[in-house]
Amino acid sequence: MPEAKLSLRAVVKSFGDNAVLKGIDLDVAPGEMICLIGASGSGKSTLLRCINQLEPIDDGAVFLEGQDISEPGLDLAPIRRRIGIVFQSYNLFPHMTALDNVLLAPRRVLRGDVAEQRARAEALFDRFGLAPHMLKYPDQLSGGQQQRVAVIRALAMQPEIMLFDEITAALDPELVGEVLQVLRQLRAEGMTMVLATHEMGFAREAADRVCFMDGGVIVEEGPPQEIFSAPKRARTQAFLKAVLR
Amino acid sequence: MVARDDRRAVDPLIRVNRRQAYEAAQRRRALMVAGVSTVVVLAAAIILVPLAPGWPAVRASFFDASVFAETFPTLLQAFLIDVMIFAWSVPLILGLGLAIALARGARAAALFPLRIFGAIYVDVFRGIPVVLTIYLIGFGIPGLGLPRPWNSPYIWGTVALVLTYSAYVAEVLRSGIESVHASQRNAAICLGLSERDTMRYVILPQAIRRVVPANMNMLVALQKDVALLSFIGPVEILRQAGIYKSLLANFTPYVVAAVIFLLVTVPATRYADHLLNRDRNARS
Ligand SMILES: Nc1ncnc2c1ncn2[C@@H]1O[C@H](COP(=O)(O)OP(=O)(O)O)[C@@H](O)[C@H]1O
Ligand SMILES: [Mg+2]
Repeated sequence: MPEAKLSLRAVVKSFGDNAVLKGIDLDVAPGEMICLIGASGSGKSTLLRCINQLEPIDDGAVFLEGQDISEPGLDLAPIRRRIGIVFQSYNLFPHMTALDNVLLAPRRVLRGDVAEQRARAEALFDRFGLAPHMLKYPDQLSGGQQQRVAVIRALAMQPEIMLFDEITAALDPELVGEVLQVLRQLRAEGMTMVLATHEMGFAREAADRVCFMDGGVIVEEGPPQEIFSAPKRARTQAFLKAVLR
Repeated sequence: MVARDDRRAVDPLIRVNRRQAYEAAQRRRALMVAGVSTVVVLAAAIILVPLAPGWPAVRASFFDASVFAETFPTLLQAFLIDVMIFAWSVPLILGLGLAIALARGARAAALFPLRIFGAIYVDVFRGIPVVLTIYLIGFGIPGLGLPRPWNSPYIWGTVALVLTYSAYVAEVLRSGIESVHASQRNAAICLGLSERDTMRYVILPQAIRRVVPANMNMLVALQKDVALLSFIGPVEILRQAGIYKSLLANFTPYVVAAVIFLLVTVPATRYADHLLNRDRNARS
């Protein structure tokens, strides 16, 4: 087995008395796409936020290419830029054009040649079919377009791994497809990805591995055919029965 | 979508015009009511006020046309001093206000004293009447016997205004900073931006935009409060009006000063309100 891109070891996280993650173990291989599924409140978002250290974990460890990035006191900015994350609510900067949204972090953090960064950003817009909207402000874009800009913004930092937190959940149904298409494209290009999603059809079709979360643990994991067609655990069966029907 | 547009194209008269006709009738009615009531009130004022027993005396001492004409140019000139003091106070106020606002938001433990200082600063200068601050600083500090340019009431009066108003501006800015949703900060942090860059490029631009109208109103208040410096020395418009009052034994110069202030403050306030409404509409 090749060395994991990302490894979680016995990750524990509580908010006050609310134990949200009760010992999560997970290995993500390079180029792998993992879908986290589970009921609302099962800790999917928290898990993603613990991976990029937006939430400090209480116990256990998170390794990125073998480096313990959950060590308390670590300077997190250089680590976070290696991990891209996209949220359900886009969170574009409303006072900047789409292009400036994408260019801000590369300019301030990566530095380097300005013209080259711009060219790279433009290429990204091109690749995801957004070149005509580059100079628009977020409120001039549809939800689907905003979400794709948010993906491009994360990609512009050339992350080694991408996290997606229900990025289609806030979209009108007809806009979901264009965003999922972006994910397929990234997968084809070999990006390592972990996504929390309610899109069971997509998870089944595109994921390498599906993890079902419940009660703060990963109850069951495996290839999508196995999880969706022949779930072994009763809790998984109940959940899938409720959401698939 | 297409269906609705088609329907409009086919019979625009019925669908759009009934409502438009209703709204136009409403508007006409409102205009008429407003017009009539304005005329009534004005007429009452014009007819009734001169009937008051003291009116001739008041008119002679407050609304003397020849005094108005005579003192207007000089008072306008004196007002330039107010404008000047205002003009050099504004950048200082905005700069200091921003610094205090940022100090109050400082998170790092090492910056704790800064945070405390910011809080005390804001409490103190918002808690003392402006006039009192002007007296204390404007008379107190020159009293130290400083050498020539540094004993000027212009300087210390301005300092008093700057100290007071930057405390208010700092609070307005801080509320603006706190009104920017935490998800914006998270998004920036997740991209690997430093706390500083996040504040500078993501939070502050949004915060400042939101508090522009509130700060415009603050500046209008400042322009008026510059006249308070008349108590400690500079011959600006209010003091000049006072000199005329004694000279001519007539209060009209004060009315002239009031008119000059209104010429500046009314458009500025209206503009601030306009900005505020625009923002409100844009966000709703
Ligand atoms: N910042 C927070 N503070 C307190 N509780 C939180 C916070 N974030 C999440 N939680 C709690 O953690 C649990 C898991 O939430 P979440 O990770 O958002 O689940 P999911 O994304 O699977 O819906 C919920 O009970 C939620 O109330
Ligand atoms: Mg969630």
